[in-house]
Amino acid sequence: MNGRITMINGPVLRGSGMSAFKMREMVMVGEKRLIGEVIILDGDTGTVQVYEETEGLKLGEEIIPTGKPLSVKLGPGMIGNIFDGIQRPLLKIDQISKDFIPEGIGLISLDEEKLWEVEMRVEKGDYLKSGQIFGLVRESGLIEHRLLVPPGVEGMVTQAKRDGKYKIEEILLELKNNEHVHKLKMYHEWPVRNPRPVRERKEIEKLLVTGQRVLDMFFPLAKGGTCAIPGGFGTGKTMTQHQLAKWSDADIIIYIGCGERGNEMTEVLEDFPKLIDPKSNRPLMERTVLIANTSNMPVAAREASIYTGITMAEYYRDMGYDVAIMADSTSRWAEALREISGRLEEMPAEEGYPAYLSSRIAEFYERAGYVETLCEKDGSVTIIGAVSPAGGDFSEPVTENTKRYVNVFLALDKELAYARHYPAINWLDSYSGYLKVLESWYEDNLSEEAIPLRNKMLELLYRENKLLEIVMLVGEDVLPDDQRIILEISKIIKAGFLQQNAFNKEDTFVPLEKQYRMLKIIDYLYEKCKSSLALSIPISQIKNREIFDELIKMKYTVSNKDLSKIDEITSMIDVYYDELNKKYLE
Amino acid sequence: MKKEYLKIDKVIGPLVEMSNVKGVAYGEVVDIKNKDGEVKKGKVIRLDKDKVTIQVFENTSGLSTENSSIRFKDEAFELPLSKDILGRVFDGLGRPADMGGDVYSRNKYNINGRPINPVARKYPRDFIQTGISSIDALMTLIRGQKLPIFSGNGMPHNELAAQIVRQAKLGEGSNEDFAIVFAAIGVKHDDADFFRRSFIEANAMDRVVMFINYADDPVAERINTPRCALTAAEYLAFEEGMQILVVMSDITSYCEALREVSSAREEVPSRKGYPGYLYSDLSSLYERAGMLKDNPGSITYLPILTMPNDDITHPIPDLTGFITEGQIVLGRELFQNNFYPPVNILPSLSRLMKDGIGEGYTRKDHPDLANQLFASYSKVQEVRALSQIIGEDDLTEIDKKYMEFGRQFEERFVSQGFEENRTMEETLNLGWDILRTLPVSELNRLNPALVDEYY
Repeated sequence: MNGRITMINGPVLRGSGMSAFKMREMVMVGEKRLIGEVIILDGDTGTVQVYEETEGLKLGEEIIPTGKPLSVKLGPGMIGNIFDGIQRPLLKIDQISKDFIPEGIGLISLDEEKLWEVEMRVEKGDYLKSGQIFGLVRESGLIEHRLLVPPGVEGMVTQAKRDGKYKIEEILLELKNNEHVHKLKMYHEWPVRNPRPVRERKEIEKLLVTGQRVLDMFFPLAKGGTCAIPGGFGTGKTMTQHQLAKWSDADIIIYIGCGERGNEMTEVLEDFPKLIDPKSNRPLMERTVLIANTSNMPVAAREASIYTGITMAEYYRDMGYDVAIMADSTSRWAEALREISGRLEEMPAEEGYPAYLSSRIAEFYERAGYVETLCEKDGSVTIIGAVSPAGGDFSEPVTENTKRYVNVFLALDKELAYARHYPAINWLDSYSGYLKVLESWYEDNLSEEAIPLRNKMLELLYRENKLLEIVMLVGEDVLPDDQRIILEISKIIKAGFLQQNAFNKEDTFVPLEKQYRMLKIIDYLYEKCKSSLALSIPISQIKNREIFDELIKMKYTVSNKDLSKIDEITSMIDVYYDELNKKYLE
Repeated sequence: MKKEYLKIDKVIGPLVEMSNVKGVAYGEVVDIKNKDGEVKKGKVIRLDKDKVTIQVFENTSGLSTENSSIRFKDEAFELPLSKDILGRVFDGLGRPADMGGDVYSRNKYNINGRPINPVARKYPRDFIQTGISSIDALMTLIRGQKLPIFSGNGMPHNELAAQIVRQAKLGEGSNEDFAIVFAAIGVKHDDADFFRRSFIEANAMDRVVMFINYADDPVAERINTPRCALTAAEYLAFEEGMQILVVMSDITSYCEALREVSSAREEVPSRKGYPGYLYSDLSSLYERAGMLKDNPGSITYLPILTMPNDDITHPIPDLTGFITEGQIVLGRELFQNNFYPPVNILPSLSRLMKDGIGEGYTRKDHPDLANQLFASYSKVQEVRALSQIIGEDDLTEIDKKYMEFGRQFEERFVSQGFEENRTMEETLNLGWDILRTLPVSELNRLNPALVDEYY
């Protein structure tokens, strides 16, 4: 039974004759077969949000049910590809309609013509459980795609194809469970709004190494963790997201451009195939999936894009991978919710956002986690969401509600961005809730001193902040020397350590070991300065221009591969201060 | 085929409601004739059972519920476009407003356009030399970029835009088939005349297409003015392969119009009464700038907006900044001190410059130099704040140098004549010249090799 349109208001439609429709069911609308989703059912009347432009639609046109909820096809062909908010490949769309995106192209997703080399892992007679791996496909140079028995399906293998080349629509396997026969293909569908099941959630234990000093040493992210990056415009949210997408040590990156600029997606598309992953020496695009709903694309699909992305992430997690998902920006997603809610004439809560904003944000971030998958492997989904607060004011509803559900908060700061201090992450307002759980990881993989050193340096920066307030009132000269040295050392921490140049080949990604040694030598200098101060040596002598400059520049001068230069600087410090102290002792 | 209807239920501001209408499409264009025979254009913005809501683009005064005739046109809002539009002036709805008569073309274009597929875009990398030091060095304009001017009432944003239009020079390799699309959205007659004059002075009148909606024209017409202009720009750029610079003033009036219509529709307001879809609506304009692969044309977009009360956190500049690729911010303080152009460096930014400057584009020292100028000038602000309290005499030697650097930077670098056109080379050299007021040890953003070569 098809419904009929009775009301049109932007992306929202109402129809009659829809009593047999299901909530959240995917529908096709009108002659053009626009794709939509049922969002309210009330007796015979249904409300549909449409993922495409509705101009030209007429009352009385059909609403056709598809019988299934909004789903994505999970199978080989996602890596290296770029999709719109409902998993339609943009390259394919460009072939259908050049340059501009039309409406009514229907539902297309993974490439059905491509032949994949499949290596089967099961035989007739095996009993397969949900989530078990039954075959392998080399999806890209970096990623081995593990074919999974869909959750909720199990049974005895009654028929299995041999190794060979297949298209995704071909049946590879037949399972029999009592009277039920399940035919498995290379892909299965999954409704985007339902989290995929796991065996159990595990405690967070591993650092997500990003190669960004302010993160790895000061505000660490964890595999399976959640992180929000709020900042006004021009503070570098997208830049930070791009850096994380490029360099973090996740196996797979899902990058969602949600309501942002078209050129930013183009930039990723042009850059990533050229960038080489430091671990594997393969192009970064071979581990990346892009989802683009740019700000001028239909708003309802923006709302869906976040779910499409997280569902893909969970799927790769279920194969046993560490997946990181970047959502840029979750504020646009929240605004899409607001826009649709407004069209539905719902009662607004704060700033026009619907009252369910908070629960939707929670549901999204809670899909992150470090888990044991159904196939008994460890996998994780890390969510890194950019937030674009109106006016750069962190007290607005989206930032406030996001803060409640994330563990790492990286506050981007306008003042720092104005001074071109990048990444403009404010060390006073940011925090990471993973320090405690990652303590043993740092001890095992870096050094026992790493966290105490980090705490000491951060404390120095807090003290500097207090001192700067005084300096603003009376000038630097009147401070006692032991406080002036804090200002000087803080300058090194800021310019030499926290600032990181994304455009410099050596500095864009820094190995953990070098990060740690850099911070350590700053501390070493601080201790040396203090010991000289104790001998009442004037600060003009202690602050040796050459040594201080050397430390600020070490991010460029010390090679990522060879840290011996740091030893040289250390002995330079030793020689200078030993002589200085000796001179004054005499 | 289409029926003509004779009864209107309601007229509220720019909205007309009617009932018992069949076969109407969402977004369809409507002609409403009042009893004097005057035809007003409108568009269907809501359909509910047999009720239709029409947004009228013109003044609704004079419409009555009886004696009007409403004709549904069975088409979306489209503009006929050909290369003949160059040199023409249109009103805010794209109708000829000069003596040139109608534009004839077989091809009509929907003014809403369609979103550019991100995979079809070409990432913009070629800079445009504007001859204005502050812009060229520190927020370089790139061909295909959308870079707004954030201004305030009374500040010389029009002069700045006119100077950019006059001096803009594309880099080598472009075919230089250059044209300007100018949209005046709710501007004063004086301002529109100023632009017209400056186009004539620049000898560019036959390369300009103007769409003009004056401040006293109907508010609802304004919502279509930028769309008409951008549709013309898209046509010239992507079908005729031209390099288009779109100048639009004033986006603030556009947003006000949107708010007015939204409140007439009784929609739930978000910040400051603007509709919740302001962001999506603005991006449907701004995102039409850009370049395509396999297409020689480009649209570079310079919208001008006046920040209400000079407040950069106001929803209009705020949402704009989130969509556009940077911003040129004019500062009240510089303006009051008589600096022209009063470009406030620190909050200004060009997001695309990182890929369009440096070796192979402008000069290899450009990125570091720009970075250093920003950093040093930001330090100047701190020093100035301090000197306000303790007096300039009590500053340290280094801080005094910063004060001097700040003065020279504003007087010699930022400020320049309305007619002054500096080359990129001159601008960069001037930058080094001014950096020399600071000792080398303060220049920690520069690669040491560059210091040796240029300092």
